[in-house]
Amino acid sequence: MRPGSVAIAGAAESEALGKVPGRSAIELAADSAHRALADCGLTIHDVDGIATAELASIDVAHYLGIEPTWIDGTSIGGCSFLVHVRHAAAAISAGLATTVLIAHGESGRSRVGQPPWPTDPANANGQFEAPFGVWGPPVCMTMPAVRYMHETGLTHEQLAYVAVAQRKWAALNPRAYMRDPISVDDVLNSRLIAYPFHLLECCLVTDGGGALVVTSAGRAADLRSRPVYVLGTGEACEAPIVSQMEDMTSSKAFRRSSELAFAAAGLQPSDIDHVMIYDAFAHLPIFGLEDCRFLKRGEAGAFIAEGNTEPGGKLPVNTNGGGLSYTHTGMYGMFAIQESVRQLRGQAPAQVPGVRTSFVQGVGGNFFMSAGSLILSNDRP
Amino acid sequence: MTGKVIPVPTPETQRFWDGCADNELWIQHCDRCARHFFYPRPACPTCGSDVGVRWVCASGQATLYSYVISHRPAPGFEEETPYVIAVVELKEGPRMTTNLVGIDPEPSSLVLDMPLQVAFQPRGDMVLPVFGPSATACKA
Repeated sequence: MRPGSVAIAGAAESEALGKVPGRSAIELAADSAHRALADCGLTIHDVDGIATAELASIDVAHYLGIEPTWIDGTSIGGCSFLVHVRHAAAAISAGLATTVLIAHGESGRSRVGQPPWPTDPANANGQFEAPFGVWGPPVCMTMPAVRYMHETGLTHEQLAYVAVAQRKWAALNPRAYMRDPISVDDVLNSRLIAYPFHLLECCLVTDGGGALVVTSAGRAADLRSRPVYVLGTGEACEAPIVSQMEDMTSSKAFRRSSELAFAAAGLQPSDIDHVMIYDAFAHLPIFGLEDCRFLKRGEAGAFIAEGNTEPGGKLPVNTNGGGLSYTHTGMYGMFAIQESVRQLRGQAPAQVPGVRTSFVQGVGGNFFMSAGSLILSNDRP
Repeated sequence: MTGKVIPVPTPETQRFWDGCADNELWIQHCDRCARHFFYPRPACPTCGSDVGVRWVCASGQATLYSYVISHRPAPGFEEETPYVIAVVELKEGPRMTTNLVGIDPEPSSLVLDMPLQVAFQPRGDMVLPVFGPSATACKA
């Protein structure tokens, strides 16, 4: 795929976000899909490809009345939607599809029509981690942090400041779930969830959805909304259980997926104006900035604490407030892409002036499992 | 209230769990790569070959690689919260997730790279490897 030959033509989140007990997971996906199609002036009849994660692709397609001839059910955690963009771009470039709908809906908080968390006492997690009380992201996604702190000198205050910086963005965003300013002391005084993580260093648990319409750049130019061009993409995976992460101070999946994306785009991190790094927990932006080569190892904690990623900083990161303050349905990657699209269209509530390139780093399945990366631009190369 | 997860062995992991039942920690070694690996698989994940892969009884000696102290109980852990979930690095090289026993669930008691020794705890009809400061000998 040539950089910029495929575009995100339509993008939208569900109308309701946060606590939405009156809507099922699939209804949130469908609402988002209709809104993304309306955003670019297309209808369900224009869609010939579909991609979903967690929710079955066939279920969503039929619910919407779409009859796809390209189907992607890649479900590798919250980065799946970034990977769907990569797969859709390849499919469109290869002539396998013309218009791909990527849809996400999740009733993460209200659990209405929400598929259960899969557990299997015979798989690697079930035999070698779950018996020891590994139960959900708060205790395994967080496992690398103490090792990282030990080896790099990251302080508890610096870790807490990630949440403080992102709350500053959320305060500018009327749709953000948590908007009141917080201090490092507020974070460190919130209750411990899994040491060293306090409540305010853990993501929200919300309901919501989002959808994207991906098509060729040529076709996108004729549609209603400003196209966002796909310059580079990457995907990678590392391990199914946290103990098998090669080095807990660095994510191999982050490194590999971001390298692929930068190589495909022919860009360097210094070319990027705006960054979204999936922040299920406060250490992820730190790992992301280093593993995606925006910073060197051990620099990110101080970089964030010095204010460089917050409003007015030199490298705006997680400008919607992130999973820590904006929303986090469980598979947050869709919302990171949505914010990137808003920034590139000049439509973000906390708009960064002059954004031309945006980098999105997704994480999947408890951090150590998988990753996806996108480099997007409002300028076709 | 549901209880703690009880692992269900599969054919390729049975030797490991049989070892735990005998209070021994069995892992695999690839003679071609001259390295140990865990979790159990028929072929070496480094070279991809099953030639030269054999089971060995590990020393049970390990160091503390990383940990969290969970304040949010997993099913069955309600009575012992907060509890430590640790990743230990075996003397032989591989890492594994475990619980720590006989060590206070306090950051001041949990010093990274501190030496640990395997111990064994029953769980239903299975036996789990846990780690603590006191030694439980691994039979030859």
